[in-house]
Amino acid sequence: MKKGSLWSWVWILLGVLYFFLPLLATLQFSLKAERGVYGFKAYELVLGDPQFVETFVFSIEIAVLTIVCSLLLIVPTVYWVHLRLPQIRPILEFIAFLPFVLPAVVLVFGLIRIYSRPPFALTNAVWSTNLLLVGAYMSLALPYMYRSVDTGLRAIDVRTLTEAAQSLGASWATILWRVIFPNLRTALLSGAFLTFAIVVGEYTIAAFLARPMYGPYLAGLVRNKAYEPAALSILTFGLTWGIMGIVQWLTYRAPGATQVTAGPR
Amino acid sequence: MAFLEIENLQKQFGGLTAVSNFNLAVQQGEFISLLGSSGCGKTTALRMIAGFERPSAGTIRLAGKEITNSPPNQRNIGMVFQSYALFPNMTVADNIGFGLKIRKKTGNASQKRIQELLELVKLPDKGKSYPYQLSGGQQQRIALVRALAIEPQVLLLDEPLSALDAKIRVDLRAEIRRIQQQLNMTTIYVTHDQEEALSLSDRIVVMNKGVIEQVGTPFAIYNYPTSAFTASFVGQLNVLPVVVVDGKNGRFSLHNQSLTVSQPIQAANNTTVSLALRPEELRLGRREDENNLTGIVESATFLGAIVRVRLQIANTSIMADLFNERQMTVPKPGETITVSFPYHACWILETTS
Repeated sequence: MKKGSLWSWVWILLGVLYFFLPLLATLQFSLKAERGVYGFKAYELVLGDPQFVETFVFSIEIAVLTIVCSLLLIVPTVYWVHLRLPQIRPILEFIAFLPFVLPAVVLVFGLIRIYSRPPFALTNAVWSTNLLLVGAYMSLALPYMYRSVDTGLRAIDVRTLTEAAQSLGASWATILWRVIFPNLRTALLSGAFLTFAIVVGEYTIAAFLARPMYGPYLAGLVRNKAYEPAALSILTFGLTWGIMGIVQWLTYRAPGATQVTAGPR
Repeated sequence: MAFLEIENLQKQFGGLTAVSNFNLAVQQGEFISLLGSSGCGKTTALRMIAGFERPSAGTIRLAGKEITNSPPNQRNIGMVFQSYALFPNMTVADNIGFGLKIRKKTGNASQKRIQELLELVKLPDKGKSYPYQLSGGQQQRIALVRALAIEPQVLLLDEPLSALDAKIRVDLRAEIRRIQQQLNMTTIYVTHDQEEALSLSDRIVVMNKGVIEQVGTPFAIYNYPTSAFTASFVGQLNVLPVVVVDGKNGRFSLHNQSLTVSQPIQAANNTTVSLALRPEELRLGRREDENNLTGIVESATFLGAIVRVRLQIANTSIMADLFNERQMTVPKPGETITVSFPYHACWILETTS
């Protein structure tokens, strides 16, 4: 074995240890809910907790709603900017960058200040608070969603594909639905996945808007219980990796779905 | 009335005029090439016909109906792009069927039509392939029949062969012409490649700086160019500064060697005008009743079918393309030789000053 390759293995091993040791420790700890024996007691408790199921399902609902709204807003917008208004791209990039520098706590205070009094008293009802929650998550997920869509659109020859579709008689809706969306599949999936991860794990906004999300539930559990949070962490990891696997599988399943540029320009 | 009528078409981008005073009448089934160097406005003109650019002024009428401002998806005009622009997410068959599906034509009839079109470009078994599995030439063939699937009234091609290898370019060129003639498809073809334009077209539109320089058959464009630009852009051309000796009788001189042009011109004696001469009109050796020019060989390059000789007469350089023959003696640099050409082979370019 060459010296260089030996060192790269050493570094990989160190990296693996750094990332996986805490995970292993958590797993081991989560299995010790009953004194002296390894078992799934903590997992039973977690999964048997009605609050877990309730918050988890609610979080997934909010995440899906956020993803759908984000896609409907961002894909047509970025597409149009690519096609007709390339000069305003820097402005869009700046806006998409804002959620990174704006802490969630600032965002949620701003939202509460504006939307808890007339004329926009959204926090008075549950459904409108949920709406506010989705809006906040759309802002939080904007950088990731925008990046994904932007990268995806750069990879295809948007302008020529659009013109080709137009000359064949396609309307704007048809072009978006049949040409642009399908060719962005990989990009949209990765954007959607990141959004999902953000929404499901988010704490600050959910806590301040007092909605029964998974993040605050997990935080509460950490304060009050010992073994259950460890079990939950392991479950969450499993879920995350599961979703990643699904994304990979969907991406490489159909040969035609592979991102191929439209040819030399 | 012509099938496609374009009147006084103009396009300005900001303060820049891309196309102006563009008038063209295209007959049904005609193959027209827009020829010019990059930035001459040929693509802009094509894009206005397609509806991708809105004209600043002028009208476009197709089959008697004005379409100047109608959106591209309502024009029934097929378009083929340089970059093929096949939809990467769809199979070849779905690509071809895209326009049919939009026109709500599905089922057996559409399947049959797709298969017919695949056979038209000799790719009958590629229907289930994806574009990235095809070569560039195959992709462009599919793009061509995709545009033809909707039975467009006019087919537009924007430098469709520029991204392909030389060999495939020539093959596909012939195929485009064959299909165009078979379907009697009115076609407008944009290219910067004069060979393509000359070999494909019924008529060529030579463009320069946003305006049409000349419209004519390939033969007329090449042999009877009406402007200095056309003459020098299409084919190789010697432009010689000659002094008028007797304009009415077509007598001129080049560094004291006398020349005769079969057509008289109106120009004052002792002024300098430009004489145009195709390099392939020159032959080696002196001939009676022809123009003869004697000069020193500057270089001789063997190109296979022709030998390209550069001849120096005082400070004027002349290019002569001599046909290769097995028994010919290739002139050597430094040698003094005489070349001849008929009186009718040369003409005086319109003076621009």
